[in-house]
Amino acid sequence: MSTEPLLRIDALGIDLPLDGELRTVVHRVDLGIPEGAAVALVGESGSGKSLTARSVLGLLPPGARVHGEVLFAGESVPRMRPERLRAFRATDVAMVFQDPRAHINPARGIGDFLIEGLTTARGVPAAEASRKVTAILREVGIPDAERRMRQRPHELSGGLLQRVMIAAALAAEPRLLLADEPTTALDVTTQEEVMAIIGEARAARGLALLFITHDLELAAAVCDRVAVMYAGTTVEELPADRLRGRASHPYTRALLASRPSVSDIGAQLRSIPGRPLSGFEVPGGCAFGDRCPRARDLCRTDRPEPASVEDGTAACHFPHPLTLEETGRHA
Amino acid sequence: MLEVRSLRKEFGDFVAVDDVTFSLPEQGSLAIVGESGSGKTTTARMIAGLETPSGGTVAVAGAERGPGRPRPRARRARGRRIQMVFQDPYSSLDRHQRVGDAVAEAVALHQDLPAAGRRARVAELLDLVGLDERQARSLPKALSGGQRQRVAIARALAAQPRVLILDEAIAALDVSIQAQILALLARIRADTGTALLFITHDLGAVRHISDDVLVMRAGRVVEHGPVGSVLDAPEDPYTRRLIDSIPKPGWKPRRRGEKAA
Repeated sequence: MSTEPLLRIDALGIDLPLDGELRTVVHRVDLGIPEGAAVALVGESGSGKSLTARSVLGLLPPGARVHGEVLFAGESVPRMRPERLRAFRATDVAMVFQDPRAHINPARGIGDFLIEGLTTARGVPAAEASRKVTAILREVGIPDAERRMRQRPHELSGGLLQRVMIAAALAAEPRLLLADEPTTALDVTTQEEVMAIIGEARAARGLALLFITHDLELAAAVCDRVAVMYAGTTVEELPADRLRGRASHPYTRALLASRPSVSDIGAQLRSIPGRPLSGFEVPGGCAFGDRCPRARDLCRTDRPEPASVEDGTAACHFPHPLTLEETGRHA
Repeated sequence: MLEVRSLRKEFGDFVAVDDVTFSLPEQGSLAIVGESGSGKTTTARMIAGLETPSGGTVAVAGAERGPGRPRPRARRARGRRIQMVFQDPYSSLDRHQRVGDAVAEAVALHQDLPAAGRRARVAELLDLVGLDERQARSLPKALSGGQRQRVAIARALAAQPRVLILDEAIAALDVSIQAQILALLARIRADTGTALLFITHDLGAVRHISDDVLVMRAGRVVEHGPVGSVLDAPEDPYTRRLIDSIPKPGWKPRRRGEKAA
């Protein structure tokens, strides 16, 4: 593993035209994904997590203005020319979305959908593409691959269709898999299957993962590191095993405490007052200031910059200090 | 308060709900959990009178009814005893009506009050669900998802129901808002004595809000008991599978084979 990560997002900012004027929707995102590693980008609605993911693919809406840098293997994605961008999306990075039905042509067969990417973008002969796709379908838990490839999308359940999307992503042999809420629309038992399949495929290929989700527990379970976004800013970035109980940013802690857990018997549910803000609604000062139990005057006037906290970063003027016991247990 | 006996629903040859029996006491809180296709929503819709049962009975506060179309008067009476809140409040609110007026309309429908009394009742309901004057003058699109769900709950409470059915009512909300709505529902139950029937796939929420839980799969009840015993010591293998699939500290996703249903 080289020291330069496969993907590096450096002080990324995104302005979008809203109601005729350019508004800042992503203020500052910093994160890195080493080759083969898994990083989660966690946030609520309006946090900018999906826009961040789209910027990695160079798929921002028309009129968007990008600040900062998105580097894939050292190459700037925002500065890629259109033909390079197409090749990049076809071979280096693949994406799995929340709603597979919206990303697959309902009028065509599953087989056509899977094989097409290989024959058109990569010039693989049809027979070879078909063999390869069949093998990948078996790998993602679709044993009767030949029959499935003759079917149309509406004949498959949501869980099966999401496996087809994963197979399509894997067939491109990317170095980075981008998964945007891939299991949010699925039942919990199907979610576990799909996440296990992604995990196994990653391990077999040394594939890096950027996992976009609103589910902190799921993020911590399947990723090495977690970046938490709020109102267009990565407010905290930390190792997944430090998330529970030892996060530094008040928002990370509040989000964990507000989620009803099936295992925490007698744990008090603590709600966060107010509602999550979108990036363009943020006043001066800390975006989370209005909802934060630790906010003081400084938080309302000065926006905190990300700063190192132990083995992560937090953008907070008053991060939760780690107690001696906590530091000791971690070491 | 609510007695459901041998409830059944067929759609053609397909049995969506098969022999569902339970009771919900006054001020009680019961959750029906299950995955898609389990029959939990169809069960709720039959209880609310939105769907006609193929068999079995639903009795609310002693007034029983079985299969067959209800008469309009019986339907209105049930409307006052049972109210339902859905997943997407935006689709159940009139886009052109200020939300305070929407609550006033629900009050007028269920209670014959003079204008001053109606205004007082609307203010009381808005206060109960945590909405202020400014929000009451807003159109639904100006409110967040959580605020719209508060409006939907206020409208349901205008009927002074004995049972409030919540069909995935927090599923579409942000995590930090879900806890607010769960806290609101717990307060409503304590303050008004309304019994709560949750239809949900979220076992974490069930742990915090319900006394009893009923687990459904493919139309049938596979397990039914107090929340603590069902979640901590599930007897049915499917219940255990559901609990095991939920991400928690130390959990890693595993392939457990195809879903049988």
